[in-house]
Amino acid sequence: MDEPDTEPPLVVVPGADSSSRQLCFAWGPAEVLVCETLFGRAGGSRSRCLSRSPCPFRFWGKGRAGAAARALTDSVAGTEDGAPTSSRVFVVRRDQDIYIQTLRKLFNESHGIFMGLQRSEEELAGKSRKAQLVQVSKNYRSVIRACMEDMHQAAVSTRDPALQAQYSTQVSILSAMELIWNLCEILFVEAATAGPLLLRLLDWVRLHVCDVDSMVREVLSSESPSKHKLFWNVVDIFVLQGRMDEARHLLSKEASANPTSVNMYKILDDLMKKMPVPSLSNTQTLTELELKWQHWHEECQRYLQDGTFASNPHMESICKILLGDEDAILEKKELMTTWYHFLVTRLLYSHPTVKPMELRFYAQSSMDLFLGGESSPEPLDLILMAAFEFEMHQVIKECSIVLSNWWFVAHLTDLLDHCKLLQSHNLYFGSNMREFLLLEYASGLFSHHSLWQLGVDYFDHCPEYGRVYLELHIERIPLSTEQKALKVLRICEQRQMHEQVRSICKIMAMKALRNNRLGSALSWSIRAKDAAFATLISDRFLKDYCERGCFSDLDLIDNLGPSMLLSDRLTFLGKYREFHRLYGEKRFPEAARLLLTLMTAHIAPCSFWMTLLTDALPLLEQKEVIFSAEQTYELMRCLEDLTAGNSDKQKFQDDDIETTKVEMLRLALARNLARVIIKEGTVEGS
Amino acid sequence: MFVARSIAADHRDLIHDVSFDFHGRRMATCSSDQSVKVWDKSENGDWHCTASWKTHSGSVWRVTWAHPEFGQVLASCSFDRTAAVWEEIVGESNDKLRGQSHWVKRTTLVDSRTSVTDVKFAPKHMGLMLATCSADGVVRIYEAPDVMNLSQWSLQHEISCKLSCSCISWNPSSSRAHSPMIAVGSDDNSPNILAKVQIYEYNENTRKYAKAEALMTVTDPVHDIAFAPNLGRSFHILAVATKDVRIFTLKPLRKELTSSGGLTKFEIHIVAQFDNHNSQVWRVSWNITGTVLASSGDDGCVRLWK
Repeated sequence: MDEPDTEPPLVVVPGADSSSRQLCFAWGPAEVLVCETLFGRAGGSRSRCLSRSPCPFRFWGKGRAGAAARALTDSVAGTEDGAPTSSRVFVVRRDQDIYIQTLRKLFNESHGIFMGLQRSEEELAGKSRKAQLVQVSKNYRSVIRACMEDMHQAAVSTRDPALQAQYSTQVSILSAMELIWNLCEILFVEAATAGPLLLRLLDWVRLHVCDVDSMVREVLSSESPSKHKLFWNVVDIFVLQGRMDEARHLLSKEASANPTSVNMYKILDDLMKKMPVPSLSNTQTLTELELKWQHWHEECQRYLQDGTFASNPHMESICKILLGDEDAILEKKELMTTWYHFLVTRLLYSHPTVKPMELRFYAQSSMDLFLGGESSPEPLDLILMAAFEFEMHQVIKECSIVLSNWWFVAHLTDLLDHCKLLQSHNLYFGSNMREFLLLEYASGLFSHHSLWQLGVDYFDHCPEYGRVYLELHIERIPLSTEQKALKVLRICEQRQMHEQVRSICKIMAMKALRNNRLGSALSWSIRAKDAAFATLISDRFLKDYCERGCFSDLDLIDNLGPSMLLSDRLTFLGKYREFHRLYGEKRFPEAARLLLTLMTAHIAPCSFWMTLLTDALPLLEQKEVIFSAEQTYELMRCLEDLTAGNSDKQKFQDDDIETTKVEMLRLALARNLARVIIKEGTVEGS
Repeated sequence: MFVARSIAADHRDLIHDVSFDFHGRRMATCSSDQSVKVWDKSENGDWHCTASWKTHSGSVWRVTWAHPEFGQVLASCSFDRTAAVWEEIVGESNDKLRGQSHWVKRTTLVDSRTSVTDVKFAPKHMGLMLATCSADGVVRIYEAPDVMNLSQWSLQHEISCKLSCSCISWNPSSSRAHSPMIAVGSDDNSPNILAKVQIYEYNENTRKYAKAEALMTVTDPVHDIAFAPNLGRSFHILAVATKDVRIFTLKPLRKELTSSGGLTKFEIHIVAQFDNHNSQVWRVSWNITGTVLASSGDDGCVRLWK
């Protein structure tokens, strides 16, 4: 498993090409950019002319994924005379199934089943647990079949031949997946024992070998089936699939049409009726069944050797089949169409009590006999063979190579892991098989704009690397809208991924700031708990206010609440806005107190004091005295501090305006002081 | 298995570098025609060129994006001996309608006396920092202390590598257990057996970068180098593009208790060597989880390794 596999196929990227060019490329979250270049160039000289030769570039891959692509790039450089050149960049993407609309349902619904399985009660032991797991398996399979149905409908209803071809391919792939899954369910999940095993395999064959269904329908629906030229084919099919009742029913029609063969028919019918088959209920033990079967087998043998059916070759061949005669069965190759059908028929008629571990021998020989050296096994055949041999890891490995996405192997392996069937086969890159496949599958989901949310859950259930993979992937999700960003954030917050939360908020804050949406930027930086950034944005707000005389995004600032404390500047912004509100509501004493506090408690930055003092002016000019004596002294002191420190440092743009302001303030303060001294000195009532 | 679309880049000369931004929705290309183009991916998956401007007075060798936490920022380096930092300015509304944006130069880094061959931003936890390397064998590390003022960059470190440098790679590991680390590759062609890959590590005590290791087994010119993202491993993985693809692991050996601020010593192993390109390998690059490496070579192939 650790050695590199066979060379993956080269894939050609359509586009022009050129000989001996080098490629430079860049990885993206979902795509790879490739463009042609020439490395090792000395300088910026004009490039020379290149010919376009038809040798393609190769974008070649190796490894577990079996991924490979051939990228062709085209860069025809210009000549010295400056003729225009065309340079091209190729965007190469895995042709991922996540982009196929109809498979969306498969991913969504299987996600539900997966989550249910992870959460299911582990305490259930033994039979009930097994039954539960079998049910999960059946659920997966019904999802596959539903998807197949949809895909089939889509194929039938589309007019575009390319799409139709694509859908049809998908249908056959899904059908193969279901075939494999079903077999795995029988052999591994349910672990059917000898007896029921055969019945399950018969069901399996009947369900999946459908090439003959149309023939069957045709004969059954004709007026006189026994006269139909394919009549005997259909009878044979029924016999090969162990559908005795249906076979007998058809034969009875033949018998009534042909009175001469009534005797033969009666005997054959009787044999078929009496054939011992395993039953699902425990009414007989295997030994009993074997005995009965032996007797029956011998009876059939006698009738054959007596020449009972000699005059009717069809019936004779049926009798031979009943006896498990390989050659007779093989003669009906076209009716069985696959070697695994042949296998099951063989087992039915030669060894119905086959044990699971014995399957491998029968499977190998069946495949050899059936293919007969004319054709070689296809990947699907190898996978099924590996299953019959109970080589679970082999099954998973082969499926991984053949299938284009990880969906199948990830979910199947997870199920098998829950059945406690996979030994912890520690892969040398640290995690086990189940986790590896789930990580691959989930990573693939992340390049999709909405399926990534399913991926989150899968990562959650990968104990070793799930979290770190999630951290890496979730950072890269493009935050195209606020809603998406909030969604991503919620997921990170639920999982205490603090660094990711901070990073995403910072990115959003930056984006908002660049677009001058200060309110949005502020709320994002609060969420990011980024004090430095909050300070910066608060400064911007204040600057805006100074320039325009009003605040933007009042709602936000008014409702800052405790997050105001994130940064001093932000606190100031919030309080300053509160001051304005109090003033607007004419709650002057409170406003005055707040204003003073802003300066004395050093919440306000020095650069803003002038503005604050100017804001104090209207309060000082009110009819009613608002500032107390003590407060007025404080204000005066602030003003002196401000002007003293500023005399040589600050160069006012307009000296006149500033000095006028200062004078006005001094005057207003003095007047206020006068009034307040009188007021405070006056005894009430006098 | 793979589908490819082509975009007519309309550069008038060879394209030397392409780079995706952090989210994969924007890309930048740079060319010998001295310009950089920025492309945006629309909702339906098409790429549009939203900016194209002359950046240098010589071939532009590399272009790279800063982490989006710092805004939309690009750095480019060129044969004209300079590296430059660019920021996107949100344009006028009619520009937006036309789908155009403007990039302005924030700073030019002119300390190099020879062609600047690579420029890379440091991992974001180190702040807004970048490293350049030049053909004169000097690696320079610059920092912008005020993230909001991209025109102020100061040269923090100058590392003399003694060999002409072709590529650099920052170790993306953000664990506090690892000091900042940078790998430098050299494409020096003169026949000597000097190690062409050097690893420099920041020493907290001396506050300088010092050479921690030199990969003695790499004696052929190195064209590209890349640290793999660290998924919580205790060791580092470095890919080197030289006459073949090589992957090294660097395992920090436990520092002696006495020299707690000293340089880490590393145990170096080569874990893979692939010569499938059968020719010089020019670029190597890791995917975001560090589980797949891509390489491109003179045989015109890009290969993916797992």
